[in-house]
Amino acid sequence: MDILLQQIINGLTTGSVYAIVALGYTMVYGVIQLINFAHGEVVMIGAMVAFSVIMAVVGMGLPLPPVVIVLGGVLAAIPVCMAIGYLLERVAYRPLRHAPRLAPLITAIGMSIVLQHLALLIWGRDPRAFPQIMENTSHAIGGAAISSVQIAIILLSVAMMAGLTWFVYRTKFGIAIRATAEDVRVAALMGVDANRVIAVTFVIAAALGAVAGVMVGTYYGIAHYTMGFILGLKAFSAAVLGGIGNLAGAMLGGILLGLVEALGAGYIGEFTDLCQWPVARDLLAERCMADGHVVLFGSNYQDVFAFLVLILVLVFRPSGLLGERVSERA
Amino acid sequence: MARALIEALNLEVHYGGITAVKGISFAVEEGELVCLIGANGAGKTSTLKALARMIPSSGEIHYRDDRLDRLPSHALIGKGLALVPEGRGIFTRLTVAENLAMGAYHRNDKGEIGADLERIYAMLPRLAERRDQVAGTLSGGEQQMLAIGRALMGRPQLLLLDEPSMGLAPLMVDKIFEVIRTVAAQGVTILLVEQNARLALQTCTRGYVMESGRITLADTSAHLLADPRVRAAYLGE
Ligand SMILES: Nc1ncnc2c1ncn2[C@@H]1O[C@H](COP(=O)(O)OP(=O)(O)OP(=O)(O)O)[C@@H](O)[C@H]1O
Ligand SMILES: [Mg+2]
Repeated sequence: MDILLQQIINGLTTGSVYAIVALGYTMVYGVIQLINFAHGEVVMIGAMVAFSVIMAVVGMGLPLPPVVIVLGGVLAAIPVCMAIGYLLERVAYRPLRHAPRLAPLITAIGMSIVLQHLALLIWGRDPRAFPQIMENTSHAIGGAAISSVQIAIILLSVAMMAGLTWFVYRTKFGIAIRATAEDVRVAALMGVDANRVIAVTFVIAAALGAVAGVMVGTYYGIAHYTMGFILGLKAFSAAVLGGIGNLAGAMLGGILLGLVEALGAGYIGEFTDLCQWPVARDLLAERCMADGHVVLFGSNYQDVFAFLVLILVLVFRPSGLLGERVSERA
Repeated sequence: MARALIEALNLEVHYGGITAVKGISFAVEEGELVCLIGANGAGKTSTLKALARMIPSSGEIHYRDDRLDRLPSHALIGKGLALVPEGRGIFTRLTVAENLAMGAYHRNDKGEIGADLERIYAMLPRLAERRDQVAGTLSGGEQQMLAIGRALMGRPQLLLLDEPSMGLAPLMVDKIFEVIRTVAAQGVTILLVEQNARLALQTCTRGYVMESGRITLADTSAHLLADPRVRAAYLGE
C-alpha cells in the first residue's frame, strides 16, 4: 500500500471538513471580529440531528435508498442549525455588539457550554453510532484506496466552497457582506442594514456547519455531545492558519491542516521509533531486538498537530498565510 | 421662499463630556448649493454625521415630511439623502465597480442602475478605466471621485459632502469642484463642508460659518466673501 498517497486522500477528506467549519469561523470574524466559539457545537448539533433523523427513518424500515436517508438527515440538520445560529447572534451576541471585546468572547464560550449540555440532555452521554447504511465501496487508485464516502465529502465540500465564493463575490448581498465587513457605518449610508447582514452571516455559517457535522458523523460513524469542541478548535486553527477573516484562507488552511494531520499521524510512529536512531538503538538494544520497535509517539497523537500548527502560526505569522494585516484585537 | 428640504433645529452633538455641536439651526432648500465652512474642530463633520444618523444627537432634523432624528442611518438613502464622508470612506477591498454597485444597493430598478453607471463612467472616465481595480489602489483624487460617484449611484436628492478637496493637488481639486457644479446643475441639492473657504464660497450661493460648535455667520456667498471677519479668519487676508 502507498502510505503517502493514502494519507493524502485521508487528509483531503478531513481537510475538506475543516475548511467548511473554518469558513463559519472566518465569515463571522470577518464581519464582526468575533470568534464564535460556539460554532463547533453548532456542527455537533448538526451531526446529532442528522443521527436522530437517520435512526428514525431506518427504524421505520422505509425502503429508501441510503443516500436519500442521509440526505434527509442533512436537510433536517440545516434548518435546525440555521435557527441556532440565528438565535446565538440575536440573543447572545447582539446585545453585546458595542461592549468591550472580552464580553462577547466569554459569552461565546458560555454558549458553547450551554449547547453542549443541551445536547447532553437530548442525546445522552454515550457516543451515538451512525447506522452504517451507506455501502462504503472502496475504489483503488494508485496503490491507495478512496471510499465513496470520502469522494462524497470532498465533492460536496468543493461544491459548497464554490457556492459560497460565488455568493460572496458575485451577488449583491454578498458584496454588501464584504462592504459591511470593511466599514459598517459607511455600508449603512448605502442602505445596508448591518443587523440583517450579521444575522445572515451567522445563518450561512451555521448551515455550512450543519453539513460539516453530518459529514463528520458519516465519516467516523459516530457522534458525541463533546465532538464539537476538538473539531471546532481544529477548524479555528485552520482559519487562523489561512488568515482569519479571509475566505480563501479558511479553505486553504482547512485543507492544509487536514494534510498535515494525516501525514503527521501516518509518519510520526515511524519517525519516533527509537530503534532507527543510532544512539537510542544501542541504549535500547535489548528491546529493539525483542520487539523490533520502540515507538515514542503513535498515530493517537494526531490531535497534537493542529495545535502545533496553531502555535507556530501565532508565533511566526499571526496574520496567517493569506491574511493582510495583523489584528491587534482580542 | 421654497420649503426647506432639510432643516435642523437646535442640533447638539456630545462626545462624552465634550459638546462638539452646541444647538445649531440651519436649513437647505431644494436645489440649493450651500456650504458650511469653519476651522479644524469647529464641528462640521459632527454636524454632517448627525444629519446622516451616524452619531447620536439631540434636537430635530426635518427632511421633507420625515424626522431624520428618528430614523436609522440605513433608512436615509431610501429617502434620498447621501453622505460622502470625510476621508472618502470607500471600500478599499472592493473593486471600483463593486463600490459603485454598493451605491445603488437600495435600488431595484436594474435597467436604470445600468444606465446611471454608464453616465457616471462617462462623467468620471478614470473610474471607467479602473472599474475592475481594487479601490484601495486608487490615488487619493480617484478615491474621492469614486466616493462621489458611489453616492450618485444612489440617486440622491440631497448630497452631503465632507471636505471633498482634502489632501488633493490643486488640479484634482478643480476637477472635483467641476463635478460638484455639474451635479448641482442637474438639480441635486448639496450641502458642502469645506476647509477651502474661498473655493467653497465661490462655488456655493449661500454659506454658514461655524466656530467651536456654533453657527456664527449665515449669509450669501457674495456677502461672506466681502465680510472682513471672514476675510481675516478664513481667506487669509
Ligand atoms: N469620536 C469623537 N470622540 C470625541 N471627540 C470627538 C470625536 N469626533 C470629534 N470630536 C471632537 O469634536 C469636535 C468637532 O469635531 P469635528 O470632526 O466635527 O470637527 P470638524 O469641523 O469637522 O473639523 P475638521 O475641519 O478638522 O474636519 C472636535 O473638538 C473633536 O475633537
Ligand atoms: Mg471634519
